[in-house]
Amino acid sequence: MIKLEVNNLTKIYGTNTDKALQLVNKNVSNEEIRKRTKQVVGVRNASFTVDAGESFVIMGLSGSGKSTLLRCINRLIDITDGEVLIDGQDIAKVSGKKLIEIRRKKMGMVFQKFALLPNRTIVDNVAFGLEVQNISRMERYEMSLEALEMVGLKGWEDNYPDSLSGGMQQRVGIARALATDPDILLMDEPFSALDPLIRQDMQDELLELQKKLQKTIVFITHDLDEALKIGERIALMKDAEIVQIGSSEDILLSPATDYVARFVENINRSKALTASAVMVKPHTIVYPKDGPRVALHHMETHGISSVFVTDRAGKLIGIVRAEDAANLAKKGERVLDEIIETDGPVTGLDTNLSDLLEELAHTKIPIAVVDEDNVLRGTLVRGSVIAGLAGERRAIEDDE
Amino acid sequence: MMNSIPRIPLAHWTDVAIDYLTLNYRDTTKAIAKFLETIIIGIRDFLLVVPPELIIIIVALIAWRLAGKRTALFSVIGLFFIYNIQLWQGTMHTLAMVISGVSLCILLGVPIGILAAKNKTVNSIVTPILDFMQTLPAFVYLLPAIPFFGLGVVPAVITTLIFAMPPVIRLTSLGLRQVPEELIELGKSFGATFFQMLFKIELPLARSTILAGINQCIMLSLSMVVIAAMIGAKGLGGEVWTAIQTLNMGKGFEAGIAIVILAIILDRITQNLGKTK
Repeated sequence: MIKLEVNNLTKIYGTNTDKALQLVNKNVSNEEIRKRTKQVVGVRNASFTVDAGESFVIMGLSGSGKSTLLRCINRLIDITDGEVLIDGQDIAKVSGKKLIEIRRKKMGMVFQKFALLPNRTIVDNVAFGLEVQNISRMERYEMSLEALEMVGLKGWEDNYPDSLSGGMQQRVGIARALATDPDILLMDEPFSALDPLIRQDMQDELLELQKKLQKTIVFITHDLDEALKIGERIALMKDAEIVQIGSSEDILLSPATDYVARFVENINRSKALTASAVMVKPHTIVYPKDGPRVALHHMETHGISSVFVTDRAGKLIGIVRAEDAANLAKKGERVLDEIIETDGPVTGLDTNLSDLLEELAHTKIPIAVVDEDNVLRGTLVRGSVIAGLAGERRAIEDDE
Repeated sequence: MMNSIPRIPLAHWTDVAIDYLTLNYRDTTKAIAKFLETIIIGIRDFLLVVPPELIIIIVALIAWRLAGKRTALFSVIGLFFIYNIQLWQGTMHTLAMVISGVSLCILLGVPIGILAAKNKTVNSIVTPILDFMQTLPAFVYLLPAIPFFGLGVVPAVITTLIFAMPPVIRLTSLGLRQVPEELIELGKSFGATFFQMLFKIELPLARSTILAGINQCIMLSLSMVVIAAMIGAKGLGGEVWTAIQTLNMGKGFEAGIAIVILAIILDRITQNLGKTK
């Protein structure tokens, strides 16, 4: 179900936006528009949809327009052209009263520098969104304490923000956004102001919370690692435009433009890549009844030293090595059963590559990649993994 | 070349304008004067009815709560000294004028400051007027105040208003404009209305700046006390003025010291208002 839909959204800063808008629609560059009309293009023709319960990340460097785009969603910044549909309602066209209603009930925002009110206690900060809705003190404290407990800050309610660390302050910011129980969370670089270790903890906790709460999240960041961790889908922005939208793997493995490719060059790929992204299709498989000679023949044909054994449904049984098959053939056996190794390395489709690197370094046989039904879907060999880490996907010859 | 332009008759125009205003609006201004006088004299009479001991205790308690022991001790000794040199009545009269003058400044100045912070047009109109109010010598508007408001405490409070209100307006406006953008976004994004923004975010955060403006306002209104005495405001300023006219330097000094004591007590108390949570 689509929760949020942005269609051809354009934001132009300035007093005379009509002419600039025409130029945007004629594909004139931002720089040229600035020279000709003195208007600055903040976002141009952005379109995307976010499903209910999805985490959508908008990533880009500073000045790319990502913060502007986020602020157009709750109309902190007025939209020049296009539409922002929340549950099908265009927020660009609603009245002031309706806008306040939507902001109160449907959206919560988390800020880069936390935006806590220094003159209020933690619980009164968390209760802010409820307070503006004129909910009674008793009720809003109760809801706020619940939200504080969710973010692990039970017992801190009577402190003031300046006695809390940065990480704790941002938890308060998140609790405040959750307290009104909105459908959509707008998060504007929420972890950028935190130091790296705290940042990772906060990311993990957000993912944990999200598992439970299933909010629709629009998350802004300039950090690709963070984007890959948080986002189910990622939109990459450059010069006010969205240059690519896709899953982590789409962005990493098939960058749409040189810009995206350069952006992804520097990141730690093993964190983002899953086994399914770099596995190769097994060249051949054998069945238990095939016998050692058939197995040996397959291995010779493909120049490999071991071969996976599956049943007729494709379910993995084990692996057979060439030397064992040769010995078996000498003894004149007709079935493979006694030489099938069933304790070889196996992993799931979604396993992170970083968790597999050590195993890959030690094992002599390929790692089998199976789905939840134990069906063999691919194999991991060192060559394909290294190529994946290097950023290229290529058909790689099985090197074992 | 310069002489070819005839002299601009600004003085004449001013006279005509004042005459016109006096003739047409005198009844209104007199009515306002009557109303203000009732309030100011009411405050003064109230302060004089309360026994001096009680007032000293109350002031000391307030000073102790807001500004600490030293200010409390100073208040007790200072006020007792004023009582001792028989300037109590004059001090209460001056205090009543300061209280009403400052209250008017806050009542008018804070809303104007808010408007100036929110609206560029208002700001661009208000700023030059404030410059004008602060730099125009007090004597220039002291005398024209008489035909409108008569002699006595009311024209004194009105001229105090002109002289002491600008810092309240300026610092209210400054305080509101200094609220971090992210906190303004916080208010909007959670659906706060205009007044919720004002009372839940902007004013609380601008509090210490606004209070600094009020502190300035109190100090300035005290410095107007002597000048205002020239149009019959009485009080401590009146004592100083009489002493000057009769060349009684000792009396003049006593009244001057009483003004300083009052100023120090009010300053210390209001300075610390902004610091407490």
